[in-house]
Amino acid sequence: MLKVTETQEITFSKELLKQFDEIVTRYPEGKHKSALLPILHLVQAEFGWVSTASMDKVAAYLHILPIEVYEVTTFYTMFFLQPQGKYVLEVCRTGPCNLVGAEKMMQHIEKKLGVKEGEVTKDGLFSWRGVECLAACGMAPVLQIGPDYTYYEHLTTEKLDALVDELKSKKA
Amino acid sequence: MSDKVKVIIDGISVEVAPGTSILNAARQIGGDIVPPAMCYYSKLEGSGGKCRTCLVKVSKGSEADPRPMPKLVASCRTTVMEGMEVQNITSPEVVDARKGVVEMLLINHPLDCPVCDQAGECDLQDLAFNHGAADTRYEFERRTFERIDIGDKIQLHMNRCILCYRCTYVADQLTDCRQQGIVGRGDYAEISTYIEKAIDNDFSGNMIDVCPVGALTDKTFRFKSRVWFTKPVDAHRDCPTCSGKVMLWYKGDDVIRVTARKDENHEVVEFICNTCRFDKKATKDWVIEGPSQIDHTSVISSNHYDTLKPLPVIKENKALMAANKVELERTKKD
Amino acid sequence: MARKLLLEHIHVPGINTFDVYRKQGGYRAVEKALKKLSPDDVVEEVKKSGLRGRGGAGFPTGMKWSFLAKPEGKARYLVCNADESEPGTFKDRYLMTNIPHLLIEGMIVSSYALGANTSYIYVRGEMMPQIRILEKAIAEAKAAGFLGKNILGSGYDLELYLQPGGGAYICGEETALIESLEGKRGNPRIKPPFPAISGVWGCPTVVNNVESIAAVVSIINEGGDEYAKVGIGRSTGTKLISASGNLAKPGVYEIELGLSVEEFIYSEKYCGGMANGKRLKAVVAGGSSVPILPANLILKTTNGENRLMSYESLADGGFATGTMLGSGGFIAFDEDACIVRNTWNYSRFYHHESCGQCSPCREGTGWMEKVLHRLEYGHGAMSDIDLLVDVAKNIEGNTICPLGDAAAWPVASAIRHFRDEFEWHVKHPEKALKGNYGLAQYANPLPPVVVETV
Repeated sequence: MLKVTETQEITFSKELLKQFDEIVTRYPEGKHKSALLPILHLVQAEFGWVSTASMDKVAAYLHILPIEVYEVTTFYTMFFLQPQGKYVLEVCRTGPCNLVGAEKMMQHIEKKLGVKEGEVTKDGLFSWRGVECLAACGMAPVLQIGPDYTYYEHLTTEKLDALVDELKSKKA
Repeated sequence: MSDKVKVIIDGISVEVAPGTSILNAARQIGGDIVPPAMCYYSKLEGSGGKCRTCLVKVSKGSEADPRPMPKLVASCRTTVMEGMEVQNITSPEVVDARKGVVEMLLINHPLDCPVCDQAGECDLQDLAFNHGAADTRYEFERRTFERIDIGDKIQLHMNRCILCYRCTYVADQLTDCRQQGIVGRGDYAEISTYIEKAIDNDFSGNMIDVCPVGALTDKTFRFKSRVWFTKPVDAHRDCPTCSGKVMLWYKGDDVIRVTARKDENHEVVEFICNTCRFDKKATKDWVIEGPSQIDHTSVISSNHYDTLKPLPVIKENKALMAANKVELERTKKD
Repeated sequence: MARKLLLEHIHVPGINTFDVYRKQGGYRAVEKALKKLSPDDVVEEVKKSGLRGRGGAGFPTGMKWSFLAKPEGKARYLVCNADESEPGTFKDRYLMTNIPHLLIEGMIVSSYALGANTSYIYVRGEMMPQIRILEKAIAEAKAAGFLGKNILGSGYDLELYLQPGGGAYICGEETALIESLEGKRGNPRIKPPFPAISGVWGCPTVVNNVESIAAVVSIINEGGDEYAKVGIGRSTGTKLISASGNLAKPGVYEIELGLSVEEFIYSEKYCGGMANGKRLKAVVAGGSSVPILPANLILKTTNGENRLMSYESLADGGFATGTMLGSGGFIAFDEDACIVRNTWNYSRFYHHESCGQCSPCREGTGWMEKVLHRLEYGHGAMSDIDLLVDVAKNIEGNTICPLGDAAAWPVASAIRHFRDEFEWHVKHPEKALKGNYGLAQYANPLPPVVVETV
């Protein structure tokens, strides 16, 4: 059984609920369960991760069972079920990226950030993980950063350093 | 043309209603040609297709389109067509593929039947014995999980689960609020309530009966007795919630377990409620009908009184009896 | 030669906006279809074009469309599969980023042909930037009257929505995609029924790849017969090839089907040869799922003919010596690439992406990954190689969906063609950890075919 150690108190803002309402209109009458994935993306963008409390609230909003939401969030890899850093560096580690140095990039990130895959830096700014093919093989190696999922292509160790420094300075 | 569809399975022809699956057609024939099924359950809608043990070869698609099907198909989810020809145990390809599937099912299943409570009534054990190889080629660590109590009556041990999904269908179709489901993906998927939660519902106990392995077990029965030391009898009671038709599992004079009755395909005949299952464990609660029918290949039948009729030791021999009339008279009791 | 049907205007500045796209002749296909053609005429043109599904399976699109059931009173749906996640494939992302209106235009024409009044583009969740681009493009098209009620006064209504995925390769399988669109786990459905009879919400549904939909635009503009003249044999039209790996110029190229593999790799017009002057060792020609071929077999067939970029030529020789065009994910390996490590990497991918529904794939993909990991890290045994072949065989064809095959083929083919490299890993683990096997004989000319006379 998954251990859910952290949870959070949340409320969905009026703006967020308005977006939910719009999403539900995209599907035929009674098929509102289809709105689950788009809504979960919005929730994650808003709160940084998807807590049990959020999932229960989403279930209540869509009039579905909580387990139906848990089943979905644990199936898809994009949903974070534990708190993450503000910036999650997701490095592609599959096939073509691997041919041109993805492993080296991940090692460099680990050294640069000083945390292992899946861990959060002390300042709460960063975490990182290897992900499967991001469909940018021609621009390999690549990484993406949510919630906008901006791609950073043709990575080198220098580019990585610059990227991390830039994100750090954004905080200030 | 009749409204029946004719299909030939391993050379034996059978006429079945249109829309019948190959598996159910084979079950109408019965015997060795019935493909084994670990996930399909005729009483649970949508079940089947997942375990792949019931794979068969369709060597002729139908009278109208006699082309063979390109791949082996799951017999539980493939509908028969008029004139279809199917090979199960007569196809070495099927036998091989099934052996491969059994091996896959076992690579993450602990091979510790001697300490498993399901032993003796485990479909996977039977499957491995009948269709598997003697050895495993898997040399890596197996997936392990902690045992979890879901409620005070049911224990879940994911180590043994083969992800047949049957228990989730039970929860979906028999209870009004499914609390457990499949979380995670791939070989780290598991049956879970996600956050620890008791499953509390009148019919949740049926998950135990549909589980083909020892993943979901009855906590009121666990390790009380090996199943082959018990004597099952059919019994019923007037139950306001369910049909009340059950099997009582006796050890000595005690009812140590109550389950639903099962048919020859090891499927529950009628689902029962938790009151019947967990709370009625005295003989006085029940009307006893008689010994349950147990498959003669089952280990449970080895201890079964239904088959223990006194064996005729002496043959009657009229000539001998006439010659020893006086001695025989003396043995008669008054 | 070298017609461009999809990316002709890709370098026109601002082509991602409605106005520029329209100026370059965009949305002509919508006008032609809605004003001059009946839905069945459109289907007929696509049939005539010989267009084959660009997502990987290569099933004729027109035929797929003609299977769509049309029961009274039931809605029909077109869903575009933009869940591009096959390793080595990034053409759809490129197309959606740079020329989004081509996809929108294709969706309108195709939806019209199928009689769908609501259509969805299922975009993989990681492509949020592309979702924003398409959202903007849809809004522009709607403002110009190409979407919504009574399009161009034809009486035809169409709403087009985007649906994000959540990070699951399996959702590229059409029934898993449908499940995901319904807000469920992406478990592929057991077929039959096929989506054409019962798809999304139980309604008849067609699922087409982004590139297939985009190709419909030029088919309608030029006519199906004209489109069929492009390409070679039954491989009609143009194809987007995603070139990656150790190439000098990786990227997306539109080729006319029938181009030789050699020209594609070495010509300056395309990939410009191998990067850093290295030599070619192997190629995965159609995305990670298709069999890998050594350099000599990818350049020539066993008959000594040039291997061409077409469905038929790449498949020449079956799986013994051929491969598949697949989704057009062309991954080139240079002499420094380690086939064992690469095979392990692919295996890890399929293990990670298996939905876990059916047992051979759920258990077998993990098993293969573990054995390959052991081989790569110098703990393997010779028997592991045959074990892998056998496990792959036990998965292939025995699963609910093609992911099982996709996981088995790369392993089986790598061992088929690079067995000596696997054996070298077992015999010389210390060398394998430090260095690599190199080019070996993999680029040597194939031995001439000996015709046996009885």
